[in-house]
Amino acid sequence: MSDPVLRVDDLHVGYSIGGADVEIVSGVSFELQRGEALGLAGESGCGKTTTALAILQLLDPFLRRLSGTIDLTTENGVVHIHRRTERGMRDLRWAEISLVFQGALNALDPVQRISRQIGDAIRLHDPEADRAAVRERVRELLERVGISPERARQYPHEFSGGMRQRVMIALALACDPEVIIADEPTTALDVMTQAQVLALLEELRRDLGLALLLITHDLAVIAETCERVAVMYAGRIVETGPTATVFAVPQHPYTQRLLGAFPQVGTERALPPAIPGSPPDPADPPSGCRFHPRCHLAREACSHGEMALRPVGDDHESACLFAPLQQTAVGGGVR
Amino acid sequence: MAVSSETVALLLGAEGNPFARRLRGATRAVRSIGRRPLGAFGLVTIAFVVLMALLGGALAPQNPLSTASFDFAHRMQGPSGAHWLGTDESGRDLLSQFLLGARVSLIVGLAAGIASAVIGSVVGICAGYFGGWVDRALTFLDDWFLVIPFVPFAVLMAALLQDDARRIPGGRTGIIVLVLAITGWAGTTRIVRAQVLSLREREFVERARSQGASHFWIMRRHILPNVMPIVWANSVLIVALSVLGEAGLSYFGLGDPDSFSWGTVLYNGFQAGAINQGAWWYVLPPGAAITLFVLAFFAVGQVIEDAAGPRARAR
Repeated sequence: MSDPVLRVDDLHVGYSIGGADVEIVSGVSFELQRGEALGLAGESGCGKTTTALAILQLLDPFLRRLSGTIDLTTENGVVHIHRRTERGMRDLRWAEISLVFQGALNALDPVQRISRQIGDAIRLHDPEADRAAVRERVRELLERVGISPERARQYPHEFSGGMRQRVMIALALACDPEVIIADEPTTALDVMTQAQVLALLEELRRDLGLALLLITHDLAVIAETCERVAVMYAGRIVETGPTATVFAVPQHPYTQRLLGAFPQVGTERALPPAIPGSPPDPADPPSGCRFHPRCHLAREACSHGEMALRPVGDDHESACLFAPLQQTAVGGGVR
Repeated sequence: MAVSSETVALLLGAEGNPFARRLRGATRAVRSIGRRPLGAFGLVTIAFVVLMALLGGALAPQNPLSTASFDFAHRMQGPSGAHWLGTDESGRDLLSQFLLGARVSLIVGLAAGIASAVIGSVVGICAGYFGGWVDRALTFLDDWFLVIPFVPFAVLMAALLQDDARRIPGGRTGIIVLVLAITGWAGTTRIVRAQVLSLREREFVERARSQGASHFWIMRRHILPNVMPIVWANSVLIVALSVLGEAGLSYFGLGDPDSFSWGTVLYNGFQAGAINQGAWWYVLPPGAAITLFVLAFFAVGQVIEDAAGPRARAR
């Protein structure tokens, strides 16, 4: 069953400084299947959000796509996003790919009623839509995400954090997109609300056949919602595979460390072991495997050559030279 | 404010009527200004002047432009039963001129204030939103208009335009509006630009862009509504300054000699030597009216700024 709706191939994003290219994302490839939820995990600054913004061509002006292709399969065939101009992107944004932002309070305009903000998303892509139809659609969307349509005329500040995130999701659904990219959708929420929002995303994905690209640093969130996971480190994907497999038998030392970094409830009160060192400077990445300076398994060979992803199991790939790895406990675990 | 917003809505009919909603919002805003003593003073004074402007023509005992008004036997006379505010150097009734003057002062002030606010917001939004060379060019222009000395520039410009009075709508009054608008927008631009610089980095702007919105759409739908409170507060002050500017330019003799504003009455009084003759009734009423009117606008502006500005919340 291979029906990719979004295919990113060898994506490089960075900026130039003094003639030299600094890469934030260097060689990211993945496929997002129709109706699938893919989790993109990694620590702050590893290039998750940059990857997402590059897909929509919403990068900050100083960043640009250096190379790589992004193909989107729509009803009208394959669209090569990397060849689209800014004007051409406008028709694509939201209609095919929409975003759920991290902070819903900041992503909603404080002086506009939410009915108007959702209505605007519809009108932008269907300027001829008549008022009654738009109003009806807004009610429908709010109901879909569990908000009483009577609240349509309220302002964002009148909603709680979780409700606001629901508004954001309703907004993302406004134009029936194929793909939703959720960038840390639950980070600002408490755990209970987080679970509700994730459950809603999950339900919508099943009902509407959406493909979801979930970007987060929180592996627990991915464990709950995503069928597949891609772990990023320093601008590269180091491991990818079905969530259950990756979490059960991680095949990259970074993934192992990441999973080990979770404290376990009920055990003795001690912080789990941190990963020693700090993420590399993107202007001067280490040669070979980018994780080797911090890796507990590093050998001489790790600092040479390119580390490509290679299969280590059923649909499971790792960029570690020594994969498949012996499963040794490095800390806690996400179970 | 005796009329409640609900009454207004009821008068206009259906709850869902967008115009009624808007008017209700406006009534609510005006009422909240009126609750503060300073705002109440401002609103009452402005309302009084507006009434004078509307009814001045009907209330005025005589038309100062008609030949029947001239009465050289009773020149420069103090207040009396026949002429409540006395007479001018041609024996004309000064109360009539005072009442008629409200209209010109108000219209010029409002027109110049609105024009400045519109120019100022458009330039400020463009500069702040687009940044880069657009910002540099517009800020340069803005700085230029901020530093040119108002009096010589306005006087010179109004004087140079006098010959074209016939081609400008509103004649010489139109020229004054034009001059005041051109000299008045720079301050608004500066404030609006500063606000837009921070607004454009807000996430909801990026969200709008990710929705496929154009620059124009973002500026109109998201930037403009968010800067409106400071534009309002600022425009009120500009209206006041324009009333003052109109009086100043008229006092220099650049106003329309065929119409009466408080400024032209002051000018006429000065020309007629009212001050030397101790004819206080000639200059005091228009002077006091201008002062009160300007103070009223400043009071309202202060109240709006207190309500909308971040400083108020910090307190």
